Amino acid sequence: MAGSLRALRRRIRSTQSTKKIFSAQELIAGARIVRAQARVEASKPYAREITRVLGALASSASLEHPLLNERTETRRAAVLVVTSDRGFAGSYNVNVLRRTEELLGTLRQQGKEPVLYVVGRKGETYYSFRDRPVEQTFTGFSEQPAYSDAQDVGRALIGVFTPGEDADRSGAVDEVHIVYTEFRSLLAQVPVASRLAPVDTEDLERGEDGDGEGRPTGDSGVPTSYEFEPSPEALLDSLLPKYVTTRVYAALLEAAASESASRRRAMKSASDNAEELAKNLSRQANQARQAEITQEISEIVGGADALVSAGSDD
Amino acid sequence: MATLQVELVAVERTIWSGEASMVIARTTEGELGVLPGHAPLLGELAPGGVVTIRSTQGEDVVAAAHGGFLSVTPEGVSILAETAEISSEIDVERAREALRRAEQDADDPEQLAAARRAQSRLRAAGQSV
Repeated sequence: MAGSLRALRRRIRSTQSTKKIFSAQELIAGARIVRAQARVEASKPYAREITRVLGALASSASLEHPLLNERTETRRAAVLVVTSDRGFAGSYNVNVLRRTEELLGTLRQQGKEPVLYVVGRKGETYYSFRDRPVEQTFTGFSEQPAYSDAQDVGRALIGVFTPGEDADRSGAVDEVHIVYTEFRSLLAQVPVASRLAPVDTEDLERGEDGDGEGRPTGDSGVPTSYEFEPSPEALLDSLLPKYVTTRVYAALLEAAASESASRRRAMKSASDNAEELAKNLSRQANQARQAEITQEISEIVGGADALVSAGSDD
Repeated sequence: MATLQVELVAVERTIWSGEASMVIARTTEGELGVLPGHAPLLGELAPGGVVTIRSTQGEDVVAAAHGGFLSVTPEGVSILAETAEISSEIDVERAREALRRAEQDADDPEQLAAARRAQSRLRAAGQSV
């Protein structure tokens, strides 16, 4: 009896200390969401402006650019998957990876060969464990992505999408997709897949895609005719890669916010569970303690009885 | 008097926004001053450039803007930059250090870009480069 009581007490102690870890993680994640959301908000003016400028450019200039035009023949498609570096985030990574598998399936059905690019250590281990080839991985910034990280990713993707004339074309891709988790609210994060390149000109004309708050081009309703410095073609040339990078950056930020939100939720339920477990265990421990005391009393009483009855025989 | 609604936006945040009477910037084609009523224009800022915004109170806001665009619409001016810093926030010592480091191997395109960034920060801070 005494042995089981000790075992129970030990389990209570370890449950309580894991609970402390969970609630600390929960608090950290909670603080990070606020910061991540602020960064998503702070990056919006730039995204909105660059979309507007590109929209203006698209409506004034003839659209001839490798990043804009649909390829006649699509053989290979790059897929950028945004996962987290650390676990403890509930179903966050599972959901993104599942959405990715769906997309890969669709691409294969269309006869395109998917090429994987992975952000985050969790995605990296997922594919290396399954022995699936990954073209390139980017790790170490999933929770707090900086713009320079987005630039690295963007440069790699644009590089394979628009290789130079003389470059080796064997690694080239004809489409670039991205799968990330959209931060809708604290309670809802949805994995979404969208195409980065070729850039969808309808997205540009509609304003920021999916956001619903895109400004109509030309507030007066009349499309403004711009002067360009340098030529529209040269502008398009330098703007489009930046636009793609901005979209990557926005996706990374959204994913970071979603990651923290998922982690907070997972850690909240983990610490709730730990508390529940500790409560049940301490009930059991109390019962065991009570049983021990009862047993001791009955042993003493039994002993005393035995002594009394032994004494009466004298 | 007519004013310009100016927004200076870096990727990570809005640096400055407000009313201004004039914006001076340098595009890849040359120096450019924008006054209220300017024709709509879309320009690419010269690398390592400096943007000066003359606010309606008459004070100059000088900012280093690297890798950016200038868009003039009837409503105002927006300046988009990959990195931008207002002159008062620039750490001259660090910029000098960065420039020195970047100039050591100027053949590397990334180092060249870093050098340009440092130059624009120094210029915005009123230092000669």
